[in-house]
Amino acid sequence: MASIVPISQSVGANRIIPTVAIPHPLGNPTLDEKGEKALRRKLVEKALDALHTDVKEQTVF
Amino acid sequence: MAYRVIHYINQFFGGIGGEEKADIAPEVRDGVAGPGMGLAKLLGDKAEIVATIICGDNYCVGNQEEVGKFIVDTLKKYNADALIAGPAFNAGRYGMASGFACSAAAAAGYTTLTGMYPENPGVELYKANTYIVPTTDSAAGMGKALPVMAALFAKILSGEKLGTAEAEGYIERGVRINTFYEEVGAERAVAMLLKKIKGEPFTTEYKMPVFDRVTPRPGVKDLSKATIALVTSGGIVPMGNPDHIAASSARNYGGYEIDGVTDLVSGKYQTAHGGYDQTYANQDPDRVLPVDVLRDLEKEGKIGKLYHTFYTTVGNGTAVGNAKKWGEEIGKQLKDNNVQAVILTST
Amino acid sequence: MNLELHKVAVRQLAFGAKTGVSNGVLTVNKEELKALLLKDDRLAAVEFDLAHPGDSTRIMPVKDAIEPRCKLEGQGEVFPGFIGPVESVGSGKTLVLEGMAVLTTGRLVAPQEGIVDMTGPGAPYTPFSQTCNLVVVLTPREDIKLHHAEETCRMAGLKTAHYLASQCKAAKADHTESYDFPPLTQAMQAYPGLPKVAYVYMLQSQGLLHDTWVYGVDAKRTLPTLISPTETMDGAIISGNCVSACDKNNTYVHLNNPIIKALYKRHGKEINFVGVVITNENVTLADKQRSSSYAIKLAEMLGVDAAVISEEGFGNPDADLVLNCVKAEKAGIKTVLVTDEYAGANGASQSLADSCQEGNAVVTGGNANETIVLPPMAKVIGDIGQADVIAGGFFGSKRPDGSLEVEIQAILAATNELGFSKIGAYTI
Repeated sequence: MASIVPISQSVGANRIIPTVAIPHPLGNPTLDEKGEKALRRKLVEKALDALHTDVKEQTVF
Repeated sequence: MAYRVIHYINQFFGGIGGEEKADIAPEVRDGVAGPGMGLAKLLGDKAEIVATIICGDNYCVGNQEEVGKFIVDTLKKYNADALIAGPAFNAGRYGMASGFACSAAAAAGYTTLTGMYPENPGVELYKANTYIVPTTDSAAGMGKALPVMAALFAKILSGEKLGTAEAEGYIERGVRINTFYEEVGAERAVAMLLKKIKGEPFTTEYKMPVFDRVTPRPGVKDLSKATIALVTSGGIVPMGNPDHIAASSARNYGGYEIDGVTDLVSGKYQTAHGGYDQTYANQDPDRVLPVDVLRDLEKEGKIGKLYHTFYTTVGNGTAVGNAKKWGEEIGKQLKDNNVQAVILTST
Repeated sequence: MNLELHKVAVRQLAFGAKTGVSNGVLTVNKEELKALLLKDDRLAAVEFDLAHPGDSTRIMPVKDAIEPRCKLEGQGEVFPGFIGPVESVGSGKTLVLEGMAVLTTGRLVAPQEGIVDMTGPGAPYTPFSQTCNLVVVLTPREDIKLHHAEETCRMAGLKTAHYLASQCKAAKADHTESYDFPPLTQAMQAYPGLPKVAYVYMLQSQGLLHDTWVYGVDAKRTLPTLISPTETMDGAIISGNCVSACDKNNTYVHLNNPIIKALYKRHGKEINFVGVVITNENVTLADKQRSSSYAIKLAEMLGVDAAVISEEGFGNPDADLVLNCVKAEKAGIKTVLVTDEYAGANGASQSLADSCQEGNAVVTGGNANETIVLPPMAKVIGDIGQADVIAGGFFGSKRPDGSLEVEIQAILAATNELGFSKIGAYTI
């Protein structure tokens, strides 16, 4: 889970989940607490989906 | 003054025996032995081989700590300046032993050189630590290898500035060395640009990096039964950074138990990372390491379990070599503890 | 636009009753300067110290370095948006106190800032071992927020630099440099046959202690834009940036950008230097994509054949560098990249976090991970305790005898990516 996808691709990550921003990949300080947690949950669920999925090559989810 | 040199060879070239003697412990003999005779002639009055270490290849590879100490002690005992090893040609374990011997001596500050076939596994393992002259794949190439090794060794010992690997005839070590050029960087940049514009040949000061690739693992069939671990390069640590992970160029990683922790709260956890604005991570460390959400998912049965420990380091100017080593260590610990999947967060 | 830099050489600093320069000696009235700085009620205390080349003095942690400048003639005032009004600068006459720097230090927020050794093995790595330095030791009030403490210290440096130059307006310049930047209509027609070259100037813009300001605007909130090179000489770009001090552009190097200088040197002879594009290095991918596309589009609008692209910082900004390079080369603009390296203490790791085939012409400021032992100095200005938490230091950096074992990353401007120094690296 990383914000700068081209770096994840360059260094060879296989399952890549784009995130929000470098200082807060899994959060967004402009949202309220509930909204921010919902956003984080969505991203983590996406990561779980990626872990569940078979991939043959580097994949951005 | 002639430099004082120790020569490292294996049991075979030391005349002790073949494969059946590969587990002999290191011993030291005054003066030259085996290929050292030819080497000594070629070095002439520039360097003297004062002693020869003979060690079984298997023994060296299997007892690195002990052999490394033996090598450094011998160098000290003989008041030597340098170590030369092999050549090992395409003998895999001899290559690894020669490379290791040079690495151990180099780490103690000695000048080192060895020779081996470019595809010998010892090259990839040790080329960063020592000069390696390429040789043929068999000892039939001894006569060709020794003069090249001797000439380069003499040059390195004399402290003469070396040219590129290609020009000097050693295997490129892939090691970056700082230097002060004649011109400032800006002048060098504009001069290089002019050449590039005119279509003239130019030499980049750094060739763009190449990174490893790994085959993707198959997906995890049933996440509701899986143990999932959290690992981060975002520097989230317990408050106070107990293992002193550095803000940049980290020298270590930490593993922290989170049994019973349902949320990473400000004041109990923080970031140690110096490469980004810490404000947001310190306000709510879950923004970097989503423990709160994974606990919810665990409770709901969407995942089997969140692993009891998270691993963390600071990915900020951190050498890929270190990151790779720690990744392997963390991976092994997780695998040994039956973790099926890892969520890695990066800042 | 035409800017004349009236450079007054400073070879020595002293404290005294009246601030002014005479025969290469700059005298500073401490009390007057202190009163000026303490007008900012967010500051609890200010002290001053002096450091000259060759002194057995260590200054750390240094936050910013600034060259004293002020306008003599022409629109606006230096450091627009901070000292001067938000009027365009870059034309007329500007006084420069050359050979000296204002260095700001003090315990601010960790991790932060760099080391300057005035002598010994660390000195060749920093350009500020060669300048006479007025060190401003700042203590912000404890009850103010970090962002405000940073701003307070940043402003104190700019105020000091402007104050010193302003008190020397009557001084006769030792030499004058003139820089011309004509309207684009003229620039485009000038020097037919010479290749048109632009400079793509990347500014770090990633948050607290990782920021850069342009005319008072936080660079992360800007689209890439054109700037006259003469504007940079009047302090249109200033640093709010001091983590991993080796490759952050302090205000001094922005004022004296060596790439701009090198391009001017060949202007009209080998190249036609037609413009500077400033762009940022933000923390989201969308921003990086937008800024790189926009910056290179501006270079295309200028119709340039080639460009020098300089990075600031390392890690994720390597992605900005690569995006700029790939987009420029795809647009037919030949590039040289100026960066630095994080190849590990042994130099054997990959130096950059991102990579592209198009980046075949790279100039480097060296490997920031190289370690160095800095012997004890007779005098330390600032706070040596910070060695353990500054970027490039590590726990245990400070040895019992007062020496420091650090990566050159901790030394101010050691691997500067504007190519300010002679340092570089090669592969063995």
